[in-house]
Amino acid sequence: MDKNTVKIRLTTVFRDVFDDDGIELSDSTTADDIEAWDSLEHITLISAVEKEFKMRFTMKEVSGMKNVGEMMNIIAERAKK
Amino acid sequence: MLPELSRPFDGDMIMQIKRRLLRVLKDRGQGAVPLKIAVLGGSTTSDIIKILELFLRDRGIAPSFYESEYAQYFNDAVFGSKELDEFKPELVFIHTTSRNIEEKPRVNEDAQSVADKLNHEYERYERMWTAISEKFGCVIIQNNFELPSERLLGNREVGCAYGRIDFITRLNCRLYDYAQSHKNFYVHDINYLSAAYGLERWHELRHWHLYKYAMSVSAIPEFAYSLANIVCSVMGRNKKVLALDLDNTLWGGVIGDDGQSGIEIGSETSEGQSFLRLQQYIKAHKELGVLLTVCSKNDRENAFEGLNHPDAVLHPDDFACIKANWEEKWRNLEETARELNLLPESFVFVDDNPAEREIVRTQLPEVTVIDFDNPEECIRALDKCGFFEVTSLSADDAARGEMYRANAERAAAEKKFASYGEFLQSLEMKAEIRDFDPVHIPRITQLTNKSNQFNLTTKRYTQTEMESVAADDGYIRLCGRLEDKFGDNGIVSVVIGKKDGKSLHVELWLMSCRVLKREMELAMLDRLVEECQKAGVEKIIGYYYPTKKNGMVAKLYEEFGFVQVSADDDGNTVWRLETANYTPKTTAIKINDEENGNG
Repeated sequence: MDKNTVKIRLTTVFRDVFDDDGIELSDSTTADDIEAWDSLEHITLISAVEKEFKMRFTMKEVSGMKNVGEMMNIIAERAKK
Repeated sequence: MLPELSRPFDGDMIMQIKRRLLRVLKDRGQGAVPLKIAVLGGSTTSDIIKILELFLRDRGIAPSFYESEYAQYFNDAVFGSKELDEFKPELVFIHTTSRNIEEKPRVNEDAQSVADKLNHEYERYERMWTAISEKFGCVIIQNNFELPSERLLGNREVGCAYGRIDFITRLNCRLYDYAQSHKNFYVHDINYLSAAYGLERWHELRHWHLYKYAMSVSAIPEFAYSLANIVCSVMGRNKKVLALDLDNTLWGGVIGDDGQSGIEIGSETSEGQSFLRLQQYIKAHKELGVLLTVCSKNDRENAFEGLNHPDAVLHPDDFACIKANWEEKWRNLEETARELNLLPESFVFVDDNPAEREIVRTQLPEVTVIDFDNPEECIRALDKCGFFEVTSLSADDAARGEMYRANAERAAAEKKFASYGEFLQSLEMKAEIRDFDPVHIPRITQLTNKSNQFNLTTKRYTQTEMESVAADDGYIRLCGRLEDKFGDNGIVSVVIGKKDGKSLHVELWLMSCRVLKREMELAMLDRLVEECQKAGVEKIIGYYYPTKKNGMVAKLYEEFGFVQVSADDDGNTVWRLETANYTPKTTAIKINDEENGNG
């Protein structure tokens, strides 16, 4: 899946989860950039992303992803549709 | 109710948009009943609390939460914490699961040793419940134990002293024994819930290892919905009425076209059987105190022909009201609500036709509408909705349908009299109005928590709070039962006043709307004044706090002859009555007639 499609769909998921239509994602976006993104909301985010892209993160990835760029790379590689 | 939160819902979607849903619910949350809930968890509870809040707010309860530190359920319950003590929970939910069982049986462990483990495990729980009851005297909801995801011994996990499923089953039975002998204690049946959800999907082990959630994150909405049902029921938020369509809902076919012999109902055909099963399932709701009504587009005689089908289980006299005509259904529902003195929000509308459902949804959004395509789905939708969740059943519940039917007879009788006064005299009414009797506390609490219209202060009480009011000399309490020649209405009115020197502050005054315009409120006033005079109370101070629903009693104290003392900008008013020189007002009710009464 090309990274631009991933970005568009991922942005929608982020906006839903954090209830903020102003969110714009870039490769360097991290939890520090989004106020509501704490470890508890990370759980909701991961589940929502997995559902949107019909894929699974490994446990290592869930806790190890450093920024949205890494997340998009994993999705682009693994997403089914 | 929000469509996103109505069954059948998409649990993952609820999780994803939970922040927006909470914002929407908070925006329109006026008039919600506050409730303080302490969640004592044996695993992560964060999203459970967030989703529970959505379902509760959706049904008019505004919760605030205390959340124990991770897995501190036992310490918080038994030893308490300053924060929890200050929070003063009205409800404690103990979120433990099979993962919290401390010592499971070992393979080949002898029976006595396993029994000791079982006792040890159970006693930890009973210690918590006792400590919470003693400290807070509040409602406790306790998860039972769900089946594990693995079975090392295969089928031998049951029917064997050291079988782990055997162990869990026995532990659950101990919980149920406790529940049977303790009021205010309710089991949240996650053993059923996880099975219905699918045990393999429920135990998403990744979510345990990553986040310490004892269930799949996707299952949290199912879990929270089920938990909310118990809370709503305890808080008197159950629905009261099933309003039913007829053609292709209660029987197959169209009675007006197919005639009595042409419709499908009864054990002759498979289709007939499935409608019969639905009729049986619906009829059983009468035992729970749910009222059944008909809301059908039909000629009235055709409707009766269908209901009198020899193989039908539901008959005309099972219904508190039958509307079979060609009016819009939402108008008929409104009319039915008015006749039964209930609010449309108490109604669940059951109709096989999606177009009719949609019209009711848009025209009368207070009514809850369920979706289904066939009788089997209808049973499942009703069974899962939880709108009639049972937490306590009083004798009144089982008799409720009968009482409403008697009301219909009264309405018919009323037409025969020249004046309303004459009609009231003809009813031969007798009231028992006395202090609270311990056996009536559950009914008094139930009535208190669900009365919205004839309710001056809309103050809510848990059963424990009601018990402490009942035991306190500082109060004057009255509960009233009304009987007439058509039947016994049961306990229909409650008044609680707090004594303050020579004044009495009326904290609660309510009455069931099924006895409106029967002078019962006057009988309660007469008795209240009598009790005040006995106790040396000279002034009765009444309070009216307006809500969206209690407009009918805005002028009640004025009609009683109270003098207005004050009013504020929100419409709250305070009233006063001097008890000296009071003349009793009741003319048509015999009060506490010893020959007839219970003493």
